[in-house]
Amino acid sequence: MVEKFDIPTLPTYIEIPDIEKGAMKGDGPFKSSAEFQNPLGFPGEKVADWQTVAIAKMAELKSKYRSVQVFLDACVKCGACTDKCHYFLGSKDPKNMPVARQDLFRSVYRRHFTFAGKYFPKLVGAKDLDETMLDDWYNYFHQCSQCRRCSVFCPYGIDTAEISMAAREVLDTVGVGQKYCNQILGKATTVGNNLGLPEPALRDTLLDLEEEIEEETGIAIKYPLDVKGAEVLLVTPSADFFAEPHIDGLIGYGKVFHQDGVRWTMSSFASEGANFGMFIGSYDVMRKAALRIRKAALDLEVSRIMVGECGHAWRVAYGFWNTLTGVGAGATDVFGLKLQNQLDPRYSQPQHIIEYTHDLIKRGKLEFDKSVNDHRTVTFHDSCNIARASNMGGIPNGQFILPREVIKAVCNNFVDMARDTIMESTFCCGGGGGLLTDDLMEIRVKGAMPRMQALKAVEGSDNVDTLVAICAICKSQFSKVLPKFDFDPYMIVSVHQLVGEALIMDKPQIEEDLSATEVVG
Amino acid sequence: MSAISIFFTALFYLSLFVFLIGMARKIYQYWLTPTPLKIPIAPAPLTQTGVAMRIVREVVLFESLFKSNKWTWIFGWLFHVGLLLVLIRHLRYFWPGDLPEIFLLTQPFKYAAFAMVIGLVGLIGRRIFVERIRYISAPSDYLMLILLLVIGVSGVVMTFTNNHTDIIMVKEFASGLLILNWSNLPTEVYFLLHIFLAFILLLIFPISKLLHVPGVFFSPTLNQVDDSRKKRHISPWALKQEQGHAVRLEQALGKD
Ligand code: SF4
Ligand code: SF4
Repeated sequence: MVEKFDIPTLPTYIEIPDIEKGAMKGDGPFKSSAEFQNPLGFPGEKVADWQTVAIAKMAELKSKYRSVQVFLDACVKCGACTDKCHYFLGSKDPKNMPVARQDLFRSVYRRHFTFAGKYFPKLVGAKDLDETMLDDWYNYFHQCSQCRRCSVFCPYGIDTAEISMAAREVLDTVGVGQKYCNQILGKATTVGNNLGLPEPALRDTLLDLEEEIEEETGIAIKYPLDVKGAEVLLVTPSADFFAEPHIDGLIGYGKVFHQDGVRWTMSSFASEGANFGMFIGSYDVMRKAALRIRKAALDLEVSRIMVGECGHAWRVAYGFWNTLTGVGAGATDVFGLKLQNQLDPRYSQPQHIIEYTHDLIKRGKLEFDKSVNDHRTVTFHDSCNIARASNMGGIPNGQFILPREVIKAVCNNFVDMARDTIMESTFCCGGGGGLLTDDLMEIRVKGAMPRMQALKAVEGSDNVDTLVAICAICKSQFSKVLPKFDFDPYMIVSVHQLVGEALIMDKPQIEEDLSATEVVG
Repeated sequence: MSAISIFFTALFYLSLFVFLIGMARKIYQYWLTPTPLKIPIAPAPLTQTGVAMRIVREVVLFESLFKSNKWTWIFGWLFHVGLLLVLIRHLRYFWPGDLPEIFLLTQPFKYAAFAMVIGLVGLIGRRIFVERIRYISAPSDYLMLILLLVIGVSGVVMTFTNNHTDIIMVKEFASGLLILNWSNLPTEVYFLLHIFLAFILLLIFPISKLLHVPGVFFSPTLNQVDDSRKKRHISPWALKQEQGHAVRLEQALGKD
């Protein structure tokens, strides 16, 4: 397919572009219809009195979220964030500068809720919420991956992601939803995963996978589903079941579980780690999706809940599950305690699969043949939601340290990209926040430019040929955009693919039979 | 008392009133507005002490701004520190009666006015010449800087050139405002301009972007402890919703 837009060329270092007004103007992603809107409790089409409804929703949101209220008030337009968004760097559209993006929302807030904006709108840049403004909202709030990079660099921590989420919630409330997210949420909240994969199909897929692995390695690695009384419930993004390179990560998880010998399971009722409820900013939808996992954990009577490689899933799990559903610790209320009494307090709840593998490595439970990965020189892409909105291991900056230590434990050649493009300053892959849809391909490619540039630099200096990530969205996005920048699309792999490939599977194959013999004997 | 003194006296009380009530209302609003989710931003402290240190670093050193943009940081920091020192030095005018010796220490702070002015000029320059910042600036953003600049420059003119004001009169007027013993103020144009704009600044404080002052302390990305797995954090509205819906939700989910 011929591109209808220019793919940015990769500069030697990132320059701050001159602004190009209207560069990314457009109609935004495909709009949702009643079929997808109604099940989530949103109107199917734009409501007649949408202005009134929108303003009322804004009033509600700013009274429910301190972030929204404070962020709308506190910005001094210092401009420090203006060059921090990958979508601005890649597209040059000034409305993709974080503060300008917020201002789409803030100007309406000022007009309707502040003294200065009511009486001196021109003076303070207050604007009415008219058709044009609503269109701009729809377009530009779907050019924000809610990556929070801007927040790191703002003197008041103003987080454009919060504003984006609020704006999208207002849009949904007036009936102008995004098809991609809302369609997926419909499947996730009824079938249990984003793919709409029902239990029998999932079971088949896992059986196939087991056969394949056994054929290839000769080891009977199991992918248990709905096993009541298992110790660990694994919740992973459903892309792991199908997509490339994700599935090799799933193989890696299975190998680690197998080698450790822990009794684990997945749930067909809650077979999705991703939670797009966060992307659309809806607390209720996000909670509804998360509650399925709570129910699965209670029904399967597991004592540990673990999350696979997924960025925003880990943000929701790490940061929000305890609030939304009580998966965590320290509850004092009946609802939270019901689950927390069942969970094993010796482990963090929920736990990230990286934390689990890391711990096994530290305790010497896993052995690796690192030379298997010698043909690779690896770099690690910090996924936004993990890097900027979570922790691992309970140590400061653990979310940067643990994945790197796991990679270095299984692979000899590791190089980091430039410091201002990793860790808390990491550049988004360009496809996060509900943007991973073909109708947004232009902004996805342009937004990937800064990350691609950093990758190009280490390719040049250190011959890096493998990009590793722990996020399903990053992996899918990179597979798509890498070739556009002349990289090999297969250079993106999961951390647990590297782990799985280097892991020495020396566990006695007949353990189950052995234990059976013991009982008999 | 002269008409002009009455005008300025009245303006002072009006501004002070609006400032105090307005700020109290805003702080109360921020205080009351819940934080439904934990959203600290990396590098996020894992303890309350860590959070306190983070806020101190942000407020005193402008840590994030330093990471972000050195020019904006240096101008912004010079301006704020200059302003703070100058304000401390101004306390002498409001102190009724003889000054305690400690005020001698604040004497050199008058030079901080230059830092303030340099900072402001730099910030205005960036707003005008950096295209990205020009794009995001509303008229009020320029006016705010100009307002502060005129206050600063008029102060410098009175302190460092031959346009000195009658300090005794200033002190009587200013301290009189506080102890309700009103008197006439000097009527040199620099002085009138200086305090007129200063009072206006006070007046618009709670309805302008100057709300970044309380805002930085209430920003959830900066002031939350990163401990969401250890403690259940829940907002009053969500808790209520949860209690109301708990039973229904469990039932509804079971049916799928
Ligand atoms: S860095 Fe923060 S205060 Fe400065 S313009 Fe951006 S959002 Fe506003
Ligand atoms: S959250 Fe990320 S994508 Fe959104 S404005 Fe900020 S830097 Fe850009």
